[in-house]
Amino acid sequence: MNKNKIIELKNITMEYDGEQILKGINLDIHDKEFVTLLGPSGCGKTTTLRIVGGFITPDSGDVFFGGKRVNDVPPYKRPVNTVFQKYALFPHLNVYENVAFGLRLKKVSEPEISRRVGEMLELVDLKGYDKRGVNQLSGGQQQRIAIARALINNPKVLLLDEPLGALDLKLRKEMQIELKKIQQRMEITFIYVTHDQEEALTMSDTVVVMKDGTIQQIGTPQDIYNEPVNSFVADFIGESNILPGIMHRDRLVEFAGNNFECVDGGFDPMEPVDVVIRPEDIKLTPASDDALNGVVENVTFKGVHYEIIVKAYSDTWMIHSTKAPNVGEVVGITLTPEDIHIMKKSEVKKVNYFKSDLTEGSDIEQKI
Amino acid sequence: MSKKSKYAAVPYLVWMVIFILVPLILIGVFAFTTTVQVDSEGNVLTTEEYDTYVADLIAEYDEIGEDYDINELLENDDITEKTVFTLAHILEVSKYSSVLINSAWLALIATAICLVIAYPLAYMISRMRESRQKLALMLVMLPMWMNFLLRTYAWMTLLEKNGLINKLFGLIGLGPFEMINTQGAVVLGMIYNYLPFMILPLYSVMTKIDSRTIEAAQDLGANGIQVLGRVIIPLSMPGVATGITQVFVPSISTFIISRMLGGGTNMLIGDLIDLQFLGNAYNPSLGAAISLVLMVFIILCMSITNQLDNEDMEGVLM
Repeated sequence: MNKNKIIELKNITMEYDGEQILKGINLDIHDKEFVTLLGPSGCGKTTTLRIVGGFITPDSGDVFFGGKRVNDVPPYKRPVNTVFQKYALFPHLNVYENVAFGLRLKKVSEPEISRRVGEMLELVDLKGYDKRGVNQLSGGQQQRIAIARALINNPKVLLLDEPLGALDLKLRKEMQIELKKIQQRMEITFIYVTHDQEEALTMSDTVVVMKDGTIQQIGTPQDIYNEPVNSFVADFIGESNILPGIMHRDRLVEFAGNNFECVDGGFDPMEPVDVVIRPEDIKLTPASDDALNGVVENVTFKGVHYEIIVKAYSDTWMIHSTKAPNVGEVVGITLTPEDIHIMKKSEVKKVNYFKSDLTEGSDIEQKI
Repeated sequence: MSKKSKYAAVPYLVWMVIFILVPLILIGVFAFTTTVQVDSEGNVLTTEEYDTYVADLIAEYDEIGEDYDINELLENDDITEKTVFTLAHILEVSKYSSVLINSAWLALIATAICLVIAYPLAYMISRMRESRQKLALMLVMLPMWMNFLLRTYAWMTLLEKNGLINKLFGLIGLGPFEMINTQGAVVLGMIYNYLPFMILPLYSVMTKIDSRTIEAAQDLGANGIQVLGRVIIPLSMPGVATGITQVFVPSISTFIISRMLGGGTNMLIGDLIDLQFLGNAYNPSLGAAISLVLMVFIILCMSITNQLDNEDMEGVLM
């Protein structure tokens, strides 16, 4: 991968209605890179994208394109194009005119427009749809038109704002592969916004995990999945068991009532930590005195594997296995040191969970 | 459709027949018929023939010196009245074509000025914050809540020779200007009274334009003017068509505004029709004929306007 910086964001902050949306974003984006901004809704990923597109100006901080500060450059003068959420096609124009829109503004000659629109429609596999109205097309087709309409301008960077959000699962998977192919063929940079962690892992060269207006981690999909920097990232990317633990010394951690060997170090002696274990890394063994034993509470078939909930010590474990034990059976939980990831305690432990008690007289309907 | 919902439309259909269809038919009857005198052999008498006939009869009986009732005599001679189809009234309308053209011209000017004022205003309102939109719309509609006559009277006092506007001009040593009883005053009255009918439909289509569509155009390289010409104007065409209809139609057929602000010097087609039914020139047949011609004219204008909606606007706008 070419390591030329094409876009730099420096200390970007953004406030809206008294709420801090972005709290100092620093991000470098390189040439021909597929970068994904990933995070739960409200984390500021779309705002970041819109700042790059020029639709909003940050309160403070700078945006650089190829080393030049572009804070005050309006969207129509930036060398980027956007594929919008819900596509935002022009309802009064047909497919051909939608795709040709950018070229017409540049006063490109008619035969040239015709040739390039043809090429683009071929690229997105919609040859022969020229004269259709955009409202006659399916969601997937509208999506492709939106991509063709943006790519025809030969942007250096394509911004995509949750472009697959409205499609069904099967189509989404097909489009993921197709988008990646298009990116490699056109040899341009994609900045992709999504809340879908699987999408991010499948397509990206670099994943940027965001939460509450800050960047949590930047890395390759493998880094993010295997070496999450904190329990938020671990929990957001894939499923995890996050358990409270105490680091006795380097490479020895206590959790679930036992001491385990691990591969991490660099913590204070007896420092409280989060222990993250992926459900697929846990091996189920027959119950024995050497292992951590637990009772199987629930088994759910998930297609490729079973999802097994085991109550062991005072913790609830989620385990993925291709073999299903019986509910109520006592099993052993076996871990190898490489599977135990130790993380510094974050202030909010599990951001995805919300716990509360219903008090008397509360009128919330209780659903179980 | 269920049976019940079929019957639910009945009261409305009855209403339409009584208050729309029947009056229309009556206007048609008035416009296309006339009464003629027919003799015993069924020949239609011309006005001169009839007049000679009556004069002869009167002369005859005066000679005898008997008392007579002329109607009875005519009846005895089998001279009867008959209603027949005629195009005479419709053809007579052509005498007033200059009035129709003048009305259409003033209505066109008023509509054009309304569009020019309302378009940017409606766009600004549609891009305001929701709470402000409501306030702005209320201000637009506020004059409509006052009586139409009262509003027009207010303009009379403002535009008078000794009115407020001339007094203000007087303070800076200008005028007085002749403002009331001019065509300009009539157009002003039309604009003032019908402007909200232009703003509202424009506003309602403009709020429906997705701001992402506008952003998409900017993203693809369109500057402000290009966004306006290539996206906002084409997408707001349905509102433009509705607005034009809603201002043009009442403007072309108004008679109160021209009477109050035009001083009767600039007769409009509405005044002419009013005169045939309630004025000195009582002639309902001609009034009905003018109404019909006006209606056809308006329908033609509107069908042209509605093309704005459907046609591909490419090429027309930049």
